[in-house]
Amino acid sequence: MNTSIIDAHGHDNDHSGDDHHGPAKGIGRWLYSTNHKDIGTMYLIFSLLMFFIGGTMAMVIRSELAIPGLQFVHPEFFNQMTTMHALIMVFGAVMPAFVGLANWMIPLMIGAPDMALPRMNNWSFWILPVAFGILLSTLFMPGGAPAGGWTMYPPLVLQTGDSFPFLIFSVHLMGLSSIMGAINVIVTIINMRAPNMSLLKMPMFVWTWLITAYLLIAVMPVLAGAVTMLLTDQFFGTSFFLAAGGGDPVLFQHIFWFFGHPEVYIMILPAFGVVSEIIPVFARKPLFGHDSMVYAASSIAFLSFIVWAHHMFTVGMPLTGQLFFMFTTMLIAVPTGVKVFNWVATMWRGAMTFETPMLFSLAFVFLFTIGGFSGLMLAIAPADVQYHDTYFVVAHFHYVLVPGSVFAIMGAAYFWLPKWTGHMYNEALGKVHFWTSAVFVNLTFFPMHFLGLAAMPRRIPDYSTQYADFNTVASIGAIGFGLSQLLFVWVLLTSKKGPKATAEVWDQPQGLEWTVPSPAPYHTFETPPSLSEMDSHH
Amino acid sequence: MTEPVSVQFLSVLERLACLSRRAAASQVNNLMTRKLSLSLLGLILAGTANAEWALNMPKGVTDLSLETYNLHMMVFWWCVAIAVVVFGVMIVSLVKHRKSRGVVAATFSHSTTAEVIWTTIPVIILVLMAVPTAETMVKLEDSRDPDLSIVITAYQWKWHYKYQDTDVEFYSSLARESLGARRKQSGIDPFSVENYLRDVDNPMVIPRDAKVRLLFTSNDVIHSWWLPAFAIKKDAIPGIVNEAWFRANEVGIYRGQCAELCGKDHGYMPIVVEVIEPEAYAAWIASHDGER
Amino acid sequence: MSGTANDRYYVPHGSHWPIVGSVGLLFLMVGVSSWLNGADAGFYIMLGGFAVIVFMLVGWFSAVIGESVNGLYNDQVDKSFRQGMFWFIFSEVMFFAAFFGALFYARNMSIPWLGGDSNNFFTNLLLWEGYESTWPSNGPGNIGGDYEVMGPFGLPLINTALLLTSSVTITIAHHALIAGKRAQLSTFLAMTFILGFVFVYLQGVEYVEAYEHLNLKMTSGIYGSTFFMLTGFHGMHVSIGAIMITVIWFRVLKGHFSAGNHFAFEAVAWYWHFVDVVWVGLYVFVYWM
Ligand code: HEA
Ligand code: HEA
Ligand code: CUA
Ligand SMILES: [Cu+2]
Repeated sequence: MNTSIIDAHGHDNDHSGDDHHGPAKGIGRWLYSTNHKDIGTMYLIFSLLMFFIGGTMAMVIRSELAIPGLQFVHPEFFNQMTTMHALIMVFGAVMPAFVGLANWMIPLMIGAPDMALPRMNNWSFWILPVAFGILLSTLFMPGGAPAGGWTMYPPLVLQTGDSFPFLIFSVHLMGLSSIMGAINVIVTIINMRAPNMSLLKMPMFVWTWLITAYLLIAVMPVLAGAVTMLLTDQFFGTSFFLAAGGGDPVLFQHIFWFFGHPEVYIMILPAFGVVSEIIPVFARKPLFGHDSMVYAASSIAFLSFIVWAHHMFTVGMPLTGQLFFMFTTMLIAVPTGVKVFNWVATMWRGAMTFETPMLFSLAFVFLFTIGGFSGLMLAIAPADVQYHDTYFVVAHFHYVLVPGSVFAIMGAAYFWLPKWTGHMYNEALGKVHFWTSAVFVNLTFFPMHFLGLAAMPRRIPDYSTQYADFNTVASIGAIGFGLSQLLFVWVLLTSKKGPKATAEVWDQPQGLEWTVPSPAPYHTFETPPSLSEMDSHH
Repeated sequence: MTEPVSVQFLSVLERLACLSRRAAASQVNNLMTRKLSLSLLGLILAGTANAEWALNMPKGVTDLSLETYNLHMMVFWWCVAIAVVVFGVMIVSLVKHRKSRGVVAATFSHSTTAEVIWTTIPVIILVLMAVPTAETMVKLEDSRDPDLSIVITAYQWKWHYKYQDTDVEFYSSLARESLGARRKQSGIDPFSVENYLRDVDNPMVIPRDAKVRLLFTSNDVIHSWWLPAFAIKKDAIPGIVNEAWFRANEVGIYRGQCAELCGKDHGYMPIVVEVIEPEAYAAWIASHDGER
Repeated sequence: MSGTANDRYYVPHGSHWPIVGSVGLLFLMVGVSSWLNGADAGFYIMLGGFAVIVFMLVGWFSAVIGESVNGLYNDQVDKSFRQGMFWFIFSEVMFFAAFFGALFYARNMSIPWLGGDSNNFFTNLLLWEGYESTWPSNGPGNIGGDYEVMGPFGLPLINTALLLTSSVTITIAHHALIAGKRAQLSTFLAMTFILGFVFVYLQGVEYVEAYEHLNLKMTSGIYGSTFFMLTGFHGMHVSIGAIMITVIWFRVLKGHFSAGNHFAFEAVAWYWHFVDVVWVGLYVFVYWM
């Protein structure tokens, strides 16, 4: 290693001393970090924090809804909770968690020394606390936090008080962060792979992230454009969403969902990747149909751009439009089915064991599929007229997002934690965490299907008495699920106390990340890994 | 809003903490225990008529609402069937193919035949779903030649109904009984209010067996007029007029709610439609016409 | 590129510029927001944030230039920069796509619908009776009052010529750079940014004309909205591009860049072409058709 080169650029080497062999000391390590592992860690911790804040808001929602009648909050505040809960969970918890995993694992999986653009990587992260600091501060502003739903439909959102511009700009910042993060992921994957790792040899997690990053670059700017138009409509008298001026409130919905639908796949594709990494390890069998998984994920990504108006079957679209969006939406079931079938085929005739990561992955396959089925039901336009904006939709998307994305994130955390910390976590507690989560998540969200079918609208703080029972069940489930997550934190906090992990951690896992010691050294693959290590994959 | 948000938030936490203590002193108590003691199973086994409403989409009282219901059930059963197969295979695998049973993992990692099969079969199933759905959608759009047209304008937070070609028009908002009980900690048990939050002062009245065209628009933000029994949910958008139609086969009182978030009282703008016999309707119109 | 670091991918070790950038963004966003909410102090906070961001950009780019000049970047790093720039430009394209989407939607959907097209017979009859859909339009509410359209000839046409010429001049400059003709390089580069700034100036003139004489404003319904949003964001990008080219020009004068190593030059050139292409789209769909 040529240390003289490192010294040659000391002018940009703030406070770091000779940090080449290890992390810098003190807060500077985190503020100025260009190390993909440190930045990955920061993303993960940030996302956990946001998960708890967003979850606390969910608890406010569920407490209010536990019984009919208004008990705790005013309707306006309830709407603020719903809006903030969703924005925080989507942009603050799930997306950053996946970016954190990408930061940690992609360089390790493809044999790269770091992310391709390390300084920008740092900035991607450090924009997030600013964005969410601004967003959360709106809770304390005159008129309160945004209350128009995370979908921010005009004209309602234009009735937001002082927090309106803060909402818009925090969304801009989230977009900026995501775009820079996505550029980094793409460039890293395309440009930094170890020699001989052809694209089709890449692990599934890397593949799904590559596709996700393309989605991000394509749609986050569109969201930025959409909210910019809200801003100018509000403050500069434009008429984008004003019919009298020749615009149309529905135009916003089109632009929003052009972003919004790919966005939901942004939240699920990396989860697919995680699960595709975990299941083969614990089934002791290679991933079934690696290449068709790649094609399926790409098809899902492609289709995600032409289905958006399935969120808008009640806005009065012309018939041809409705038919088009219904058919394309239904088509997504095909590639998604391929993924599900391939996971099952991976398990088939494997030799399975059921460590915590595997349990989360199995629950993912079951419960995501259920969420997918309800998605397919929603795609049936005439039926969606009945489902739309009811708790049936809430049930659908929490199934794909909570036991979907969130379970995959937790499975990933357990799966790679020994690689990060060098210690095995407490397996028994992990299992308890899994089982309580799995039971309570169903108790929370399954009854919502019934509520929706029985015509309970979403985004209401109080409801008629016939919905009382299932709401009580859901609230109990939610509190149980929330408390279970304290266990997760406990497992994380105590994970350093466990026995030392080996480099492989699990039973003969495949992939480059398992060839480096546990914990992974601060710098890995400074020279690309050799060919023989490469061949061990696939 | 009356109090600053931060104060409110604290008070929520505070109230969460003292919920049980406070509840002991009020009727909320009976209510809570009643709720909590209800087991999910008991609930599902509850009276049949009730159970159908509580668990599934209503069949409604129009031909198209029934068609919608049938589509819903068709897709549902397809999903169940697929679930049985997929989950069945998975469960068999989870039971049989465990390391603890001493199995040695196979090594296969792809099969083009299998992939083709499980790509094709879902496509076929989807086509089977899509065809009847498309047929229904064509019918849903056909609002030509109605017997009666009503313009429905949404306001924050009430509805306005205007019967075309007559002088009949009126506002319709949350009924008085609910108004009192809906206030925060009103002390009124919602169970004691009939049709809590689902009743209005002036219901929309229409004749049985007439083709009714509804024309929706809004005065402020987007709302959505939803009547499950007619399988109609249409957004009321400012500056735009949307259409829907129905023909109700049975007299009765049908309830729905605004279905698009429209601000703080979005949960409090119910919809009630009374379907009455044509003769009674004629009388109703006559008595209301020119009343304005 | 072919410095001493050919074997290793250069990973900088710690940088305070990103966090400075974040602080700048915080002040910028909080400042703009409170200013929009009517707090005068917000304006100054905004300026402060903006200053911090400019400071950050200067510092960050200086660091990068220093590293580049010191030969720390190997071919692979160079590739990363190129790909990064490419995808950044792609994200910009998608940002403009949102506004073009709004324009197409207004022209092909909402305006005809308000005029009664498709399934909107009653929209026209009940709410906007007598409104006939035409483009351009400020909507059935005649929002902003009568206005005149900004035609495709005159200033816009001149501006088109300017930008297209500037694309040519920057390409000539690029060839000159590769051929080692420094004088030609700096001359044509200077022509490029001068053309860019003249474009921005003429657009300013056009805006004054629109506001003062045509009564064409941001508030002129959907036509005014799309017109100013698209040309405004485009003009902003031209300004940024012209500033970047100016910076590159100074670097050329300082003797940076060689025939083989001039990524920054190329990145800016790509950006300039992108701005150019967007303009062609604008000219066709906003001014002409
Ligand atoms: C991770 C997030 C995620 C994912 C993956 C999905 C996946 C899908 N979603 Fe979902 N969706 C959301 C998040 C997500 N959704 C959110 C957040 C909303 C609400 C937003 C809001 O309004 O606030 C929403 C709303 C939403 C709507 C609008 C509802 C309404 O408001 O009226 C619709 C309508 O079509 C829909 C459809 C689908 C479909 C068809 C899929 C498909 O991708 C599912 C495909 C999967 C399967 C079908 C299961 C596995 C397949 C097989 C086993 C093969 C065989 C199957 C068959 C042939 C049937 N979703
Ligand atoms: C990734 C996204 C994500 C995630 C993870 C969640 C997680 C949860 N969501 Fe969320 N939700 C959305 C995305 C998400 N949601 C979206 C997009 C909407 C639509 C918003 C809109 O309409 O605009 C929505 C709306 C929504 C509603 C409907 C609100 C309404 O329509 O008015 C409800 C109601 O029950 C709900 C509940 C929950 C619950 C109980 C959880 C739980 O899983 C949360 C569990 C986590 C915790 C509880 C935190 C951890 C634990 C502690 C903090 C310890 C302390 C705990 C206790 C005191 C018990 N969500
Ligand atoms: Cu009106 Cu919701
Ligand atoms: Cu969608």
